[in-house]
Amino acid sequence: MNDGGGAGVVELRGVCKSYSRGGETVHVLDELTLSIPRGDFVALMGPSGSGKTTLLNLIGGLDRPTGGSIEVEGLAIDRLSEAALARWRADHVGFVFQAYNLLPVLSAERNVELPLLLTRLPAPERLRRARTALALVGLADRARHRPRELSGGQEQRVGIARAIVTDPTLLLCDEPTGDLDRRSGDEVLDLLGALNREFGKTIVMVTHDPRAAQRARRTLHLDKGRLERETRA
Amino acid sequence: MRWLPLLLANLRRRPLRLVFTLGSIVVAFWLFALLEALRSGFATSISMVGVDRLMTLNKTSIIQPLPVAYFERVKALPGVAEVSFFHWFGGVFRDGRTQIPVYVCDPESFLRVYPELLLQPGVREAWLADRQGVLVGSGVAARYGIRAGDRIPMRSAIYRQRDGSDVWEMNVTGIYDIAEGAATLDRQSFFFHYDYFNESVGAGRDRIGWMVVRVADPGRSTETAARIDAAFENSSFETKTSTEKAMARQFADQVGNIGAILVAVVGAVFFTMMLVTANTMAQAVRERTPEIAVLKTLGFPSAQVMWLVLAESLLVTALGGLLGLALGAASIAAIGPGIRQFIPVFEMTWRTVALAALLMLAFGTAAGAWPAAGAMRLRITEALRHT
Ligand SMILES: Nc1ncnc2c1ncn2[C@@H]1O[C@H](COP(=O)(O)OP(=O)(O)OP(=O)(O)O)[C@@H](O)[C@H]1O
Ligand SMILES: [Mg+2]
Repeated sequence: MNDGGGAGVVELRGVCKSYSRGGETVHVLDELTLSIPRGDFVALMGPSGSGKTTLLNLIGGLDRPTGGSIEVEGLAIDRLSEAALARWRADHVGFVFQAYNLLPVLSAERNVELPLLLTRLPAPERLRRARTALALVGLADRARHRPRELSGGQEQRVGIARAIVTDPTLLLCDEPTGDLDRRSGDEVLDLLGALNREFGKTIVMVTHDPRAAQRARRTLHLDKGRLERETRA
Repeated sequence: MRWLPLLLANLRRRPLRLVFTLGSIVVAFWLFALLEALRSGFATSISMVGVDRLMTLNKTSIIQPLPVAYFERVKALPGVAEVSFFHWFGGVFRDGRTQIPVYVCDPESFLRVYPELLLQPGVREAWLADRQGVLVGSGVAARYGIRAGDRIPMRSAIYRQRDGSDVWEMNVTGIYDIAEGAATLDRQSFFFHYDYFNESVGAGRDRIGWMVVRVADPGRSTETAARIDAAFENSSFETKTSTEKAMARQFADQVGNIGAILVAVVGAVFFTMMLVTANTMAQAVRERTPEIAVLKTLGFPSAQVMWLVLAESLLVTALGGLLGLALGAASIAAIGPGIRQFIPVFEMTWRTVALAALLMLAFGTAAGAWPAAGAMRLRITEALRHT
């Protein structure tokens, strides 16, 4: 790790990603180099199919690059085994999805508890932490509710609580407000802003909404697998 | 334990489907419990048949009689410890329709050859003393409400008395039972005095149906059987002697055929059960594909995800299996008394429970294996692309 030397918490160097579909190779990301310092809040914009989700998945260790290297907190995650990568994700990354992706059969607190099931924490402590995370997103009184009994905005806040319950360094959000009305979207963005400012979470957020992107410290524009330009808030 | 809430929540997701799946498992294990009780019941019955007893019949046919004089002659043969004989009376009861297995026998030797016959104190002496006395099996006694001291006019479908009547008056001296595990006698018969019958019968005197011989040395029963048959060779009543065990084996062969059919049926039921369970698990995993991808995203290792699916399959199978066994135990308790009149041992053994547990493990694993492997191989990025 080399925080002082200007190296970011996320370092991508010459990252390529291509898919081969029936003999034909599709280059999704092309020689992408990017540094995200600790505590940054980056919005990622670009037309549909430009590779935003692909990039986010690479940073989050859900997928591997076909070229280049990815380091997170000094760890070359592209070289980890699948099992090691899973453990690394559990410890270091929180994911927030456009479709919330809560388990419909579990209550809000059980959903938030899920990542803690992989730790050695005893059950009461797991639930205590899950409730703390729910309180943080303003849903302490909905702990026992099923996802279907919550509004979209509330569901997404439960999703955020699940993402932060293990206290990860990195929050990766793929269109977190894409399915929400403006008010609920604003609440979610307020929350992400607070997590960035007050808890120092490094956030990468994919969005199509320029208003959402304005909440970030800077916006990266991706087009055809390349970073086109950068705007600062 | 920490996975239980998740497992249970997933199970409850589709109650109707769960009920159907459980139903097929319950039925399979219920049948299994019943079949196992029957099968092991037959097996034990046969193994408990006396090896030291021979049966001597008319060589021509089981319905042809033998002269009563053979009794004394067999008794005198070397290797023979005890002999008794029986005659088939062909009893018809009360209403003139109900058939009752009435055996005419020689009481003293009968009681010596069949020590498994259990009598209340004093009954033995009373029966030997009353020439019209009859011993009644506990099963048939219970069925028709017969009690010691009753006087029963018993018609014969075969014989008439010298005065032309076909009814013999019988005094119920006592009710007999059979020692647990003995399968040679049932609890459904009447045993009546030969002497009295022989004196009163019109035609067919001094004839007996068959003899039962206890050999001195069970190891040489084949030899003794041959000696008995040799003694009556070239007479007008030749004999055929075989061990009770051999007869039981013939019986067992037939039972075995029935057993094979039952095994096939239960096998088919198990197979169907497994298909239903496997289909349920496959559907469950398919409709949960995004959720499984999310779990993996959160850092659940592939092996963990696989175990969760397997555990769910095992949980369903175990739940249904235990319900089925419980139902089996209840059924065996309910119909046991009736069945035990024919098969002395009819119960659920620990062996059955252990075997069932193994089957639950095997079928639960088999049903969940494919979906579990699918969940394990599931690629996060592809699964999430389609949400
Ligand atoms: N597993 C895959 N196999 C083949 N092609 C893929 C695969 N995953 C992504 N792609 C392709 O990569 C390109 C980028 O996809 P990606 O999902 O990253 O786009 P995106 O910028 O997130 O778009 P959107 O805004 O619609 O979510 C697309 O052309 C897509 O078809
Ligand atoms: Mg996308």
